Amino acid sequence: MIDSFDVPHLPIGEKLVDGIDYLSDNFDFFFDAISMIIENMVDFFDSAMSYFPPVALAAIILFITWRTAKLKVTAFTAVALAMIYSMELWDVTIQTVSLIFVATIIALALGIPMGILKARNNRFELVIEPILDFMQTLPSLSYLIPAVLFFGIGNPPGVIATVIFAMPPAIRLTCLGIDQVSGEMIEVGKAFGATPRQILVKIELPLAMPSIMMGINQAIMLACSMVVIAGFIGAGGLGGVIISGLQRYSLESALEGGMSVVFLAIILDRITKKIGVRYDHNK
Amino acid sequence: MIFGVHMSEVKIENLYKIFGKDTDQALALAENGLSRSEIRESTNNTVALNNINLEIEKGEIFVIMGLSGSGKSTLIRCINRLIPPTKGNVLIGEDQIDICKLDNKGLIELRRKMFGMVFQGFGLLPHRTVLENVILGLEIQEANSEEMKEKGSNALKVVGLDGWGESKITELSGGMQQRVGLARGLAVDPEILLMDEPFSALDPLIRQNMQEELLNIQKKMKKTIIFITHDLEEAVKLGDRIAILGDDGKILQVDCPEEILLNPKNEFVARFVKNVDKPNVVKVESILKMPTVTFRPDTSPEDAQSIMKEKNLDYAYAVNDDGTFRGVLTMELASEAITRGASDISDYLDVTKAVYQVSTLGSVLHILITSAYSVPVINESDIFVGYINESDAISILKGRR
Repeated sequence: MIDSFDVPHLPIGEKLVDGIDYLSDNFDFFFDAISMIIENMVDFFDSAMSYFPPVALAAIILFITWRTAKLKVTAFTAVALAMIYSMELWDVTIQTVSLIFVATIIALALGIPMGILKARNNRFELVIEPILDFMQTLPSLSYLIPAVLFFGIGNPPGVIATVIFAMPPAIRLTCLGIDQVSGEMIEVGKAFGATPRQILVKIELPLAMPSIMMGINQAIMLACSMVVIAGFIGAGGLGGVIISGLQRYSLESALEGGMSVVFLAIILDRITKKIGVRYDHNK
Repeated sequence: MIFGVHMSEVKIENLYKIFGKDTDQALALAENGLSRSEIRESTNNTVALNNINLEIEKGEIFVIMGLSGSGKSTLIRCINRLIPPTKGNVLIGEDQIDICKLDNKGLIELRRKMFGMVFQGFGLLPHRTVLENVILGLEIQEANSEEMKEKGSNALKVVGLDGWGESKITELSGGMQQRVGLARGLAVDPEILLMDEPFSALDPLIRQNMQEELLNIQKKMKKTIIFITHDLEEAVKLGDRIAILGDDGKILQVDCPEEILLNPKNEFVARFVKNVDKPNVVKVESILKMPTVTFRPDTSPEDAQSIMKEKNLDYAYAVNDDGTFRGVLTMELASEAITRGASDISDYLDVTKAVYQVSTLGSVLHILITSAYSVPVINESDIFVGYINESDAISILKGRR
């Protein structure tokens, strides 16, 4: 039955490509400007961290882990950093961290306000919900290509792809945090004559903080995994090392790059999680 | 009422609140006097408040009491429009501003100027210290930081939490947390303090302490307090007046506590009242009687005896020139004075114990039972105001009245 059906081929893919072409042809200046901003941000973090000798940078990182996550994590971090250094991946790891930072900052700068808007505005929630589903389920490799079409190859499309990948949890968890603030707490604000803005700043956001911190943590974790994939489109850092290792059948360098990514992810996860717990006053 | 001038601080007129979609039809039915359940059946809407009319006076503790689901929380929220009424007027303050008709800006302004609120679940922010919680209302009003600090620590002093300002909320017990909630409500120096079942979540003993504390604070502050409770004993203890909200979302009775206890207007109220510990609520003055005659100490015993015979009395009260209570003159003592040739009765009076008119019956019960006479009653300046007798007291305590 089904075989005999003659389903016409709809040119969905073609139309999407047409659209992408149209945008990249006519909004060149826009994408170039974004490219430039991202490249500059990445360079800034990269050169700021490279400014320190590795030992000094390691000391700073260890101090941060010790202040936030205490002893065990600090010990782990020390070993991990030493291994990254001995594998001669220090500089590329710094590049990766820069990419993660820039992507996470953009993802949060867009994601947290959108999360607030989603909690506030039912119509926006209706629109954004399917888009978030789309962003989270679309195989990550398939939006590398439009990223390349708009931004060429290199760090900017890698960061853009990472932003798209890392943003949904920031939006969803911000929204969840605000939705979970009890009605009575909102009434407290209203009863004392608070404006909607005051209620947001003084009551909703502080009470949503544990959830927002979880969103930040998740965004960073997703950014960690995505910057590696972005190596496929010429983004620098550990992703590049792993991809070129795979392409040259050089298992050693691929494994070493992979391990460094894992170390990085664990360190960033522990630090942000511990900061998150500080905001949870019920514990 | 307290100052002898009638000044209503909150005036509620024909207030209806109906929950659900398309409330027009339900409103029309409610206005035609259909009951909550009838309206729910025909329209699927819930009538929470049905034609409420109340006048709350400046400086009184006005208690709204009802069971869960009676709409009492909805009613208090209509007063500061946390819940917008479906129909009716809520007039606030001397200027009688109708809060239902204000725009957003006016509403925010009025809430800042007139209201403080205390919540059942405390509603404290765990990320703030005690003091930071207390000054939330001032912060919302954008007061300057010195003013906030001063008013905040003053409010903490008032509720007995002096020195706790820097503590975390989570370090405090439930009772202390609600003190913080009360301090936050008082810190903005509101004209009207709304209290939505503030002590319901506390242990009985702590609840009693808080009730007494609130009364002490009110003695000094003289705020208009609107207090919600489901506990009639709490209502009777705190309220200058009590409004009883029935199951139908209607006010069943508005009266002072003793009137509610002694003269419940309908069966619903009577059922509530039945289980209240009356001896500790009903005051001496509620069964006060005036004697037909009192004597001055300089009355001659012959005159006294003939008047008592004429009025058919076994004894009478003697009162000093300044109105204070002196003693009891019995027929026997009068005869004795006459046989001894006394010129007046002043040395022939039996000095018996008098009770204060504001005492509760429970606290004077032992005097009532042991006294040979009906017990004389005096006011706070020791002026004799009348007497009470045992049988009236007992009929109240046994619930016959």
